[in-house]
Amino acid sequence: MSMELHRCFRCGWCKLPSDFVDYNCPSYAKFRFESFSPGGRLWLIRAWLNGELTWSENFAKILFSCVACKNCAEQCKMRFKDEIVDWITSAKSSAIEKGLAPPKVRDFLENIAKHGNPWGLPRAQRASWLDLNKFEGEGDLLYIGCECAYEERGQKMAKNVIELFKVAGLSFGTLGNEEECDGNEAYMLGELGLFQELASKNTQKFKELGVKKVITISPHAFNAMKKYPDRDFEVLHFTQLLLELIQKGKLKLSELDLTVTYHDPCFLGRHNGIYSEPRKILKSIPGLKLVEMKRNKENSFCCGGGSGNFVFDLLSGSESPARLRVREALNTGAEILAVACPICKAMFEDAVKDEGSDLEVKDIAEILLSSTKML
Amino acid sequence: MDKIYKALAEIVGEEFVSNRKEELYIYSRDSGLSEPRFPDYVVMPRTVEEVQKIIQLANKEKIHVVPAGASLSLSGLTIPQKGGIVIDMRRMDRILELNRKGRYVVLEAGVTQGKLQAFLEENAPDLCHSLPEAPPSATVVGNLVIHGQGNLTQAYGFNSSMISGLEVVLPNGEICRIGSCSLSPYWFSIEPLPYLAGLFLGWFGTTGVITKVGLRLYPKKKLRDVELFVLEDPKLVSEVIYRVTHTEMAEDITTVAQPYPLMFQGTIMIGIYLTGDTEEELEFKRRLIWSSLSDLIKAKEGGFMALTPDMKVGLLEKPMSSLTRSADILKGGGFVYCGAIIPIEKFPEALKKLFEIAERNGVTFAHTGRVIGRGHCMMFAFAYPFNRADLESMEKAKRALFDSYVATLEIGGVPWKPGAEEQKLILERMDKNSVELIKRIRELLDPNKIMNPGNWEVEL
Repeated sequence: MSMELHRCFRCGWCKLPSDFVDYNCPSYAKFRFESFSPGGRLWLIRAWLNGELTWSENFAKILFSCVACKNCAEQCKMRFKDEIVDWITSAKSSAIEKGLAPPKVRDFLENIAKHGNPWGLPRAQRASWLDLNKFEGEGDLLYIGCECAYEERGQKMAKNVIELFKVAGLSFGTLGNEEECDGNEAYMLGELGLFQELASKNTQKFKELGVKKVITISPHAFNAMKKYPDRDFEVLHFTQLLLELIQKGKLKLSELDLTVTYHDPCFLGRHNGIYSEPRKILKSIPGLKLVEMKRNKENSFCCGGGSGNFVFDLLSGSESPARLRVREALNTGAEILAVACPICKAMFEDAVKDEGSDLEVKDIAEILLSSTKML
Repeated sequence: MDKIYKALAEIVGEEFVSNRKEELYIYSRDSGLSEPRFPDYVVMPRTVEEVQKIIQLANKEKIHVVPAGASLSLSGLTIPQKGGIVIDMRRMDRILELNRKGRYVVLEAGVTQGKLQAFLEENAPDLCHSLPEAPPSATVVGNLVIHGQGNLTQAYGFNSSMISGLEVVLPNGEICRIGSCSLSPYWFSIEPLPYLAGLFLGWFGTTGVITKVGLRLYPKKKLRDVELFVLEDPKLVSEVIYRVTHTEMAEDITTVAQPYPLMFQGTIMIGIYLTGDTEEELEFKRRLIWSSLSDLIKAKEGGFMALTPDMKVGLLEKPMSSLTRSADILKGGGFVYCGAIIPIEKFPEALKKLFEIAERNGVTFAHTGRVIGRGHCMMFAFAYPFNRADLESMEKAKRALFDSYVATLEIGGVPWKPGAEEQKLILERMDKNSVELIKRIRELLDPNKIMNPGNWEVEL
């Protein structure tokens, strides 16, 4: 890794969106010291690997406050651009291997390893709230994911998706309490051993059950499963399937008089190039007006929850990325901030409360469901 | 907690001051080849009052102060030569006023080139500022204080000549306004008052901290195009530039000479940028320029290169990312350059020196240049990529860079944004009374010698 880090010129294109309108690296936007910019981070990693700098609490904060949003790779002008996130992830991996990870990060990973979720909650609680048939080899597998299984706001989002699938007459089931963590955050935090273990468990289970298609609610799970080695199943994000159902006429939509702005989640957008499906869903609702934030699609400004930060939140505070983004959403005149990720949903709902704003955060399934219920 | 840290935290909030080794490491160096020198503190003010308090504290504690933008000079101008406090100005990033009819904008010192560019695209799409080829993360004020150039420099001169007002915190902590804004709510002009702006431009933060600037904007045409005139004889460059500038039809005129790719070896390319509100206007300008060079084309002394759409896209990108990519030529993450401000007639001599220096030091090179004013002079860059992971490569580039500064002075040019070491070369050769004047001005403005020491430091 250190063989290539020196190639970063620290020119700063990586800090911005393509139209340069504002800083687009969440940790730099929050902390504003050059050390928290992608280039600063890479130079510090190199200094650490070369022995010029020793490990410290501040260095840990610099490293683990990178949320892996991939804006830097999107905007970097150099030929190594696609390796930037991997370099940072590798540095996190080295820190974890050496036992240097901050306690919150360590606990996050240990909880996933021991309990199958980052909060260390009992496995038996994973699907206790869920009233749905288990997958028996028929139809699609709906993968709920940790953020929807254990977090109240995520649970609501999952229920919205499930209800829509039922309305559309889709044949699907879940794994219930037997569902295992998808491993995306383990991967992004550089705990590759844990990621591989989770990938292997999930792949094996899917194979045993005859799963051909997995629908994920979280873009994080979608991203992780796309990376699974030996994957022999198709993986879709729920927005892709919802659009398909709308286009096939399986969901009848009625008018909603709403002004909505949509936030692209990093792991759906920049990491996987899915920008149009969520927008097409929203535009298919009669009467709904979709307005764009200045930073959208490839230029979307991350909510700050990636790479485990939705739990250990190193970027919290009055200028947190989520709060900055909520302000940007308000500037569009929208009454609803639409999301397609349970992590974004939780981050923004908290941010809206902190801002004292009346902006509503709704997941796309919830908006769509309202439209189907109006009939 | 030490008392200076505590005092800085009281001024800007603890979140925005650091004496942690990671921040000190990053602010001890830039992307060039200057020796790292560590600050004691890094601080990020949000208001002019906070800057004022920092300067007052520095005077009281006799601690050095180095104002910094994005630290992209590549010549170490924001590296604290003698420690102290680095003031990162980039939290002061508000665009305060746009006067469309008067064609100027008022902005804080931390506003980036990119932010201003985006702001104008949205709020005044028929206006633009003179954009340098620096990355969009560079600050506007950073470029102005070093007498930078941009795409409008050929038409209007150095970017620093486009300033219409200044707000400065003086080395004693007083806030001072310069130009019309010193006696009126409007920031339209520095002139006709005594030209105090000169005390803060080109001084590299040794005479004060600029906190706000009024900047002139210019008409932005709807269309932009580029032509590349290619020739082999360096002696013809000044003639070509003379003729093209005489037409007054070009927005920007640049020069390029590089050994790679091989198809470019032995050639000099002159980029001629054209703008117009209509295709007819563009075509009219294009014809005048072609006509001005027609006899050279007929004599096969040079000609216009047919540009592929991809080449055009790259050449018309604002700012050009290809210049940043020069840092990856050797897969080494670095390049340095000596920007020589020279009379255009000295182009052949400068190019010859560049070849000699590159060969003598065993380095690869690139030349880019830009015409300043209607051919009044030009910026001639002696540029050398290096590999940050290879000490020998860095040493060679460093030697080539130093040789380039010497060569610039030998041919009668003036080095642009010289680092602390190169400034000494300039002061040695400078008229002694001018040097004495610099010394006296600094002593007068900064009796405690707190401002960016090591720069323009006169030892008579």
